Parts: sequence; structure tokens; C-alpha cells
Amino acid sequence: MRDFSYLRATSPAAAREAAALPGAMLLAGGTTLLDLAKCGVAEPETLVDISHLKGLDTIEVGEHGARLGALAKMSQVAGHEGIKSRFPAVSEALWQAASAQIRNMASIGGNLMQRTRCPYFRDPANFPACNKREPGSGCSAIGGVTRGHAVLGTSEACIAMYPGDLAVALVAFDATVHLGERQLSVDDFFLLPGTTPEREHAIQPGEMITQISIPASAAARRSTYLKVRDRQSYEFAAASAAVGIELEADGRTIRDLRVALGGVATKPWRARAVEEALKGKVLEEDAVRRASLLAVEGAVDHGANHYKIELAPRVVARAILKTGAMA
Amino acid sequence: MTSPTTIPIHLTINGHDHSLEVEPRVTLLDALRDRLDLTGTKKGCDQGQCGACTVHVDGERVLACLTLAAQVEGRSITTIEGLVEADGTLHAVQAAFLEQDAFQCGYCTPGQIMSAVACIREGHAGSDEEIREYMAGNLCRCGAYPHIVAAVRQAALEVQS
Ligand SMILES: Cc1cc2nc3c(=O)[nH]c(=O)nc-3n(C[C@H](O)[C@H](O)[C@H](O)COP(=O)(O)OP(=O)(O)OC[C@H]3O[C@@H](n4cnc5c(N)ncnc54)[C@H](O)[C@@H]3O)c2cc1C
Ligand code: SF4
Ligand code: FES
Ligand code: FES
Repeated sequence: MRDFSYLRATSPAAAREAAALPGAMLLAGGTTLLDLAKCGVAEPETLVDISHLKGLDTIEVGEHGARLGALAKMSQVAGHEGIKSRFPAVSEALWQAASAQIRNMASIGGNLMQRTRCPYFRDPANFPACNKREPGSGCSAIGGVTRGHAVLGTSEACIAMYPGDLAVALVAFDATVHLGERQLSVDDFFLLPGTTPEREHAIQPGEMITQISIPASAAARRSTYLKVRDRQSYEFAAASAAVGIELEADGRTIRDLRVALGGVATKPWRARAVEEALKGKVLEEDAVRRASLLAVEGAVDHGANHYKIELAPRVVARAILKTGAMA
Repeated sequence: MTSPTTIPIHLTINGHDHSLEVEPRVTLLDALRDRLDLTGTKKGCDQGQCGACTVHVDGERVLACLTLAAQVEGRSITTIEGLVEADGTLHAVQAAFLEQDAFQCGYCTPGQIMSAVACIREGHAGSDEEIREYMAGNLCRCGAYPHIVAAVRQAALEVQS
């Protein structure tokens, strides 16, 4: 890891100012940043430590919804009683992510900023070609080992999978990212790779995530996060789904449905086609399985990741049926 | 911008204060092992993937390999060396690991024990299933998992009673 200078921020304003300087980066839990610095992917000149700032780690849950301070820890949000009861999918997405140690370190703001786990991206010494790291250098994954790469939202420049869990639940429930005064939907905060895979987030130098808000909804209250992976725990998703359902008074007709996918796309992936196909319909298995196939409309595989195109609709269907059966 | 050089830091480890000069990039793990001779905390992957470097910061389990030493100035750090009582009495989790034979080579063991102490304190040791999930951040290359779960279960019962 190349050396850098260390600066402990004393206020959010001071942090933003320091982080706007060339070569400077914000440091929260460090679980992405120090890892990538060790890989030689991140080469910061200055780390601006925001982990000691006061007042940015609050968690508020009420009738209106939830507000999560950017420095709240993954473990704190996962274990918060209000989140568990009003946004179970958010809590589940968090406690099924990483490990207990990492969740005690990692902040909610840093979580949204985590980078892809594409092994070529993480290994500059052996794979110089990576458009996400070095725009225009090519893509080592295309034609390489692609088992963990995306099948949705890819481009000719980059097929890297978005690895996070929390943002999948956030995108399902229309959460908003607060960058100080500026606000963006979580969906707009994450960018498709297109021809500029080096830009993953709609955030500018000198901007800092201060808060994430999630509006209350009946669908969020009856929700699940289902994560399927190569090993049972401490592993990124092979495919995952955040699902929320609101039923009509008859207890069987779907009034509102939210479906988002993880582990298969280049960004947290809202599956609106599945939602539209099932809204107003009676919740029953055949219809759910048919509609879930729409989750992978337009998917493109690169050989070894083909299994994700079959796996994702099954995960979606299982998550919808499980959520539908919830009390 | 200041050029990278060493900075003075003060760390509180197992109740003792230490002053040292480190490059800002020095992790808590390297500071413990290479500068303070506290080699009980192990380096496995150095990238957050194995849990061998688990220590407590302000009572919570974290990974020392992804923590900068400078970042934890002012916080209270506990390592495996700090679990034993002054008279040499082992912590209940240490004793349970011995009794249940919860290790083979022992390399992952300090991390397992630090993680288990926190796991029990968090209230995440209620069943074998819960122990397996909340201890998943600690890998064991020797595959001593069944004995590790048994040790955590035993220690949880002792600590709670
Ligand atoms: C072994 C391992 C397994 C993991 N498994 C999972 C998993 O299964 N699921 C999952 O979702 N995640 C997983 N993660 C990723 C983990 O959740 C992220 O590393 C973590 O959430 C990042 O948060 P942090 O506070 O540590 O960020 P940092 O590492 O401190 O920062 C990450 C990036 O965000 C920037 N940043 C930090 N805070 C802000 C802010 N407030 N505003 C703007 N920019 C900011 C930093 O400059 C940096 O670029 C895993 C990580 C590891 C190491
Ligand atoms: S998939 Fe994207 S991140 Fe991976 S090597 Fe190709 S360009 Fe880089
Ligand atoms: S050495 Fe820190 S997690 Fe492996
Ligand atoms: S006892 Fe050898 S690695 Fe766990």
C-alpha cells in the first residue's frame, strides 16, 4: 500500500473541502478503501477520516419512513428495532452481508460507494486492461473467467457486477440519497457502465453522502431479502432479490409489489416488468413463476455466468412466494 | 498538502497507553504485531476475508487489517492478550476452546476467540445455527468448525449463568 497523509475531519464542511482536493478520498469504515489500496487499485494521496464526526450516525424511524445517517454502521441499522419491523428487507440485506466484524466497521454511506469485486479490476499488476480502472484500456473479463459477472445492464466496455446487498433493498423501496442539500433517488445514484464504466455513482468531487431516507410503505413493511450464494454466509450474492408486497383487503390480490435484483446486474436492479405483470393479479404460484421470468428480460451472458439467467427468476419467484406467505 | 511522513499516535491497548511514530498507512494489525510485540493477533489474508486479525475497538469486534492505527487513536482496543485476568485466569471463552479442543494448528484461534467473546456479548449465540451465522467471519483452514461451535455454545451458557 502506497503511503498517504492522514487527516481527521473536524466537521462535515471541513471534510468536503479537504476531499475536494486532488488525490484526496474520504475514509469511513475503510473496508472497501483500505482493501483497494492494498490491491493497488486505490492510490489516495490523502485520506480524510470522517469516522469520528458526530451526529452523522443517527437512525430515525417513524410514520414517514426512515432516515439513516451516512456514518451509521451496517450492524446498527441491521439490528435497529424500527428497521426490523418496518423495513425487514433492509435489515435482512444488511445482516446477510459481509461478516459481523465488517458490519461493525462499515458505514451506510461507504456501503453505497463499495466497488465491484471483479477479480480483474482488483488485480492491476496481472491485468492491466480494465476500462473501469483505466478508461480505454479494454476489459480483461470479456473472454476471461466470467462466473461472477453481470448479465443485466452490461456494455461492451464493462460487465462488472454490482456486489452490494443494501442498495438492492433501497432501490426496491424508492430510497433517496442525500448529498448535503442535493438529493437523488438511489436508482439514479448508481450509473450504468455504458461507455464510462469508471463512473459508478452520480457524485461529484467534494460531495459527501450525509443521509439515506426511505419512505414508509405497506410493501416495505411486508418485505424480504433473499440471498443465494456459493457458500451459506460471508459471501457475495450469486443472485438475490428484495421483494415487498401489499395485498388488497381480500388478502390475495396484489395491490403493490416491489422487486429488485442483486448479484446479476451492473447496478442495483429494479425489476419493474415483474411488478407490472403481477399488480392487480391474485398471488398464486404459476402466475408468480411466469412473471418472474421477466426479471431477466434482455439479459446477455458471457459463458460461465449463464446460470444467473436461470437462477435469478427462481430467486425472485421464491422471494415473492415467501413474502406473500408472511403474516 | 502535507507530504506523507510519520505521525505520532497514542493507542490504548488492553488498558495500557502506548505512544509511537507510524506512517499513516500502518494498519492497527501491523502496529500491534511489528511495533508493539503483541503478536497474538494473527495476519491471515490482510484483506478482510478471514477474521484472523479480529480485535475489539470500544468493545466491538472489528478487523485490525482494515483499520488504520491512526484511525483508532482515542478508542479503547482489546486484543487476545487482554482477555486473561491479572492472576492468569483464562476468559470463559478461552477455557471453553481448550476444553472442547476447538483448534488444530491454532492460527485462527485468537481471532475466533475474540469474535466469540463479542458474539456472545451481542446476544448472537442463542443456537448452533445462530453461532454459525455470526461466527462466519472467522475462517478455519483446519476445519475445526464443529468444535468451535461447541466451545462458543459452552461459553455462552457459562457467561449467561
Ligand atoms: C471480505 C468482504 C466481504 C464483503 N461482503 C459484502 C456483502 O456480502 N455484501 C455487501 O453489500 N457488501 C459486502 N462487503 C462490502 C462492504 O459492505 C463495504 O466495504 C462497506 O460497506 C464499505 O463501507 P466503509 O464505511 O467501510 O467504506 P470505506 O471503505 O471507508 O469507503 C468506501 C468508499 O466510499 C467513500 N465514502 C465513504 N463514506 C462516504 C460518504 N459519506 N460520502 C461519500 N463517499 C464516501 C470512500 O471515499 C471510499 O471511496 C464486503 C467487504 C469485504 C471486505
Ligand atoms: S468487467 Fe469491468 S471491472 Fe472487470 S475487467 Fe472488465 S472493465 Fe474492468
Ligand atoms: S487478516 Fe484481517 S481478515 Fe484476514
Ligand atoms: S485451527 Fe488451524 S486454521 Fe483454525
